[in-house]
Amino acid sequence: MRDKLLPDMATALREAGLADGMTISFHHHMRNGDHVLNAVLAEAAKQGVKNLTLLSSSIFPVHAPLIEHIKNGVVTELDTNYMSGPVAAAVSRGLLEKPVMFRSHGGRPRAIREGSRVIDIAFVAAPTVDPMGNISGSLGPAACGSLGYAVPDAECAKTVIAVTDNLIDTTLESVSIPHDRVTHVVKMDSIGDPKGIVSGSTSMTRDPVALAIARKAQAAIRASGLLKDGFNFQTGAGGASLATAQYLREDMIRMKLKGGFLLGGITKYLVDMLEEGLFDSIYDVQCFDLAAVESIRKNAAHHEISADTYASPRQKSCCVDFLDTVLLGASEIDVNFNVNVHTDSNGMIIGGSGGHNDAAAGAAMTIIVAPLIRARLPIVVDRCTTITTPGNTVDVLVTERGIAVNPARPDLADRFRDAKLDVYSIEELRAMALKIAGEPRKVEFTDRIVGTVEYRDGTIIDSLRAPA
Amino acid sequence: MNRCRTMLFMPGNNPGMLASAGSLGADIVIFDLEDAVAQAEKDTARILVRNTLTYLKPATEVTVRINALDTPYWKDDIDAAIQGGAEYILAPKCAQASDVHTLMGAIEEAEARTGTTKKLLLIALIESALGVENAFALATSHPRLTGILLGAEDLTAELGAKRTAVGQEILYARSRIVMACRAAGIKALDTPFPFVTDLEGLAADAAFSAQLGFDGKAVISPHHVHAVNEAFSPTAEQVRWAERVMVVARRAKEEGKGAVSLDGMMIDLPIIKRAERILSRAADTTETCNA
Repeated sequence: MRDKLLPDMATALREAGLADGMTISFHHHMRNGDHVLNAVLAEAAKQGVKNLTLLSSSIFPVHAPLIEHIKNGVVTELDTNYMSGPVAAAVSRGLLEKPVMFRSHGGRPRAIREGSRVIDIAFVAAPTVDPMGNISGSLGPAACGSLGYAVPDAECAKTVIAVTDNLIDTTLESVSIPHDRVTHVVKMDSIGDPKGIVSGSTSMTRDPVALAIARKAQAAIRASGLLKDGFNFQTGAGGASLATAQYLREDMIRMKLKGGFLLGGITKYLVDMLEEGLFDSIYDVQCFDLAAVESIRKNAAHHEISADTYASPRQKSCCVDFLDTVLLGASEIDVNFNVNVHTDSNGMIIGGSGGHNDAAAGAAMTIIVAPLIRARLPIVVDRCTTITTPGNTVDVLVTERGIAVNPARPDLADRFRDAKLDVYSIEELRAMALKIAGEPRKVEFTDRIVGTVEYRDGTIIDSLRAPA
Repeated sequence: MNRCRTMLFMPGNNPGMLASAGSLGADIVIFDLEDAVAQAEKDTARILVRNTLTYLKPATEVTVRINALDTPYWKDDIDAAIQGGAEYILAPKCAQASDVHTLMGAIEEAEARTGTTKKLLLIALIESALGVENAFALATSHPRLTGILLGAEDLTAELGAKRTAVGQEILYARSRIVMACRAAGIKALDTPFPFVTDLEGLAADAAFSAQLGFDGKAVISPHHVHAVNEAFSPTAEQVRWAERVMVVARRAKEEGKGAVSLDGMMIDLPIIKRAERILSRAADTTETCNA
C-alpha cells in the first residue's frame, strides 16, 4: 500500500527534487498565522538552494524572514496578489532585483492554468490530511475553512506537498483538495497560529464616519434597482463594507427579499444572513472568522469554491460574473474612477488587488466605499499613484460627504437623484476634500521599478516604483 | 428652523468629530462648549468651534451650546458663534423669560459690534422645575426664540426622580413643553435618550416622543441619528394616506361638499391639516438613508 507520508521537511524537499531556479507556490489561507512558508524557506536555505521564484497568493507580516532569504539569494522573484508588512516595505524600497509580479485573485489561477506560470512544487498548508492524502481545510487545530486559493496550485503543480499538523486515520467525508492531486505529505508541529488565521469574531465598527458611509452605500444599493429577489452580493470585512452588509440585511428583512449568493471573504455577518434565510447560498473562497469556518463545515448551502470558480477570467464563467453589487475599498480613487489598493500615500506597498479588480469587472454595480479624507489626505486624487482597478469597471464612489457616479453610468446617477441621494461629480467631491484638507505635496519616486501590476486578463496595466 | 428631527451633540474640543459632524446624517449639529468641555479647555474649544464654522462650513445647520449665564464664558461663546456664522445658540439652564432677555441683549449687542447681518436664533434649554413651570412664558419671551429643548438629566436630578428608558418620570415635562411650544408657535425639541447602547429603547423613546408631538429630538451619539430621523419622518404608508386624503378633500371642494369620507372616516379640517403636516414633513425629508 502506498504511503505518502515523509518523515520531515528536509526529506520532503529532497524527494520533491527542490533545485535552484524552481518556482514554488503557497496559498494564503493561514494568513498572518502561517508557519509553512517560513519553514519551507528555512529548510531550502539550509540545503543551499538559490534563485527560487516564490508564487504565494499573499504575503503577510508573519513572513518577515523572507527578507533575509531574498538578501541571501534563496528567493529572487516574487509573484503574489497582495502583500503587507515588512516584506512589502522592503520590496517598496528596492529589496528585489526583479519587479514583483502583482496579480489578482482571478488572474493568478488564469496564469497557472494557461501555463504562463509553471509551478514546480506546490506546498499546501493542510489543516487535516487523511491516510490517502485527501485534504480538508475545515478540520484540525489550524482549521481555516475554504482552501480555494490552493486549488489551481494543487491541480497544476508538478509536485504537490501537503504540509499538515493533523493527520487522521479515518477517511475524510468532505474534501477540499483530493488525494489524486497530492504527491507527498509531511507533518509539522503546527502549520499555523489560529489567532492569526481567523479572527475569533469580526466585530462591527462603531466609527460614525464608517457607519455614515455604510448608510449611504446601502441607500445607493436600494436606489439602484438591483436589490430584488436573487440579488448576488460581495463585500469585504472592512468597517464600512461590513456595516453596509448589516444595513442590507435590515432592508432585505423589511422588503421580504431572498438573495441568491454571497461571495468573497466570508464573515459571521454573512453566515448569519444565510442562516436567516436571506440568501440561498454562500460561495466561499476564503473564511475570515471562526463562524465562517464552522458554517462551511456544517452548512450544505455554504460552498467551498476554488480561486478559478471565484474569479478567473479563463473559466467559462466565474462567480464574480454574476454579482449584482460588490463593495470595495480604496486607498485612492482618481477622477477617472481608477482605484489604487496597492500603495499608500507615501508610495509604499500596502496590499494589492486580491479580488478587487476581478469583482469590479464582474459586478453589475461596483461601489467603492471610502472616507473623503483619510488621515488628513483627500482620497479622491487627479491620478492614482498605482492603478489596481481600471475606472471603466468602477461605477460608484460613496463617501460620508456624498456620492459620485461614473459618467458612463447615467442610469445609476438618475436613479440616485430620484431617490434624493446626495450625488456630486467626482470632481466636486475632490474639490470638497481639497477645500478641507488642502493639496498634499506629491510623493517623489525614483526610476527603480519594484513591481508590475497585471490585470486579471494578463494585460500589464501599471508598474510600481520605489519612493525617493 | 426647517428640519430638526435630530440635533446631534458634538464635543466642542474634539477636532475629528467637529470635522465629520456635518456628514453623520443629523439635521442639525450642536457644537457643545458646555458640559462636554472641561473647564481647562473652554478657550481651546471655543477657538476650535469658531474655526470649524469659519473654515469647514458643515453641510448642516449648526447650533452652538454656550455656557450658562452664571459662568464667565457665555459672552465669549456668543461672540465665537457669531464670528463663525452659526445658525443657532442653544442656551442652557433657561428658567424664566428674563434669562432669554439677558441672552438676546448680549446677542444683539455682539451682532451690532461685529456688523453681521446674519441673525442668530435662540433655542432655550429647559432643564429645571422652574423652567418647566415657566415654559409658556419662556416660549413667548422673544421673537428670535425659535424652539425649546428639554434637558431631562438635570431636571430629573433636581426632582430626585430616577431617569429610566421608558421615561414616565418626564412625561409631564415633555407634555408641558410640547403644549407651550405649540401655543407659542415655536419648535418643541425632546431630550436625548441617555442610554447609548440601548438601541431598542431608543427607537421606542423616539417613537413616543414623535407621538407626543415633538418636532425633533436631541441625540448624544451618532449611532442614535438614524433611528430618531426615522421616528420623526412619516412612513410611506402615512404619506400614501395623506395623499389620498388630499385627493378626496380637493374633490369635495370642487363638488362643493362640506364633509366627505375616506375608508369610513370623516374627512374634515383637522384631518386635512394632519395630512398636510405629513406631506410637508415628507417633502422635507431626504432619503432617510442619507441619514
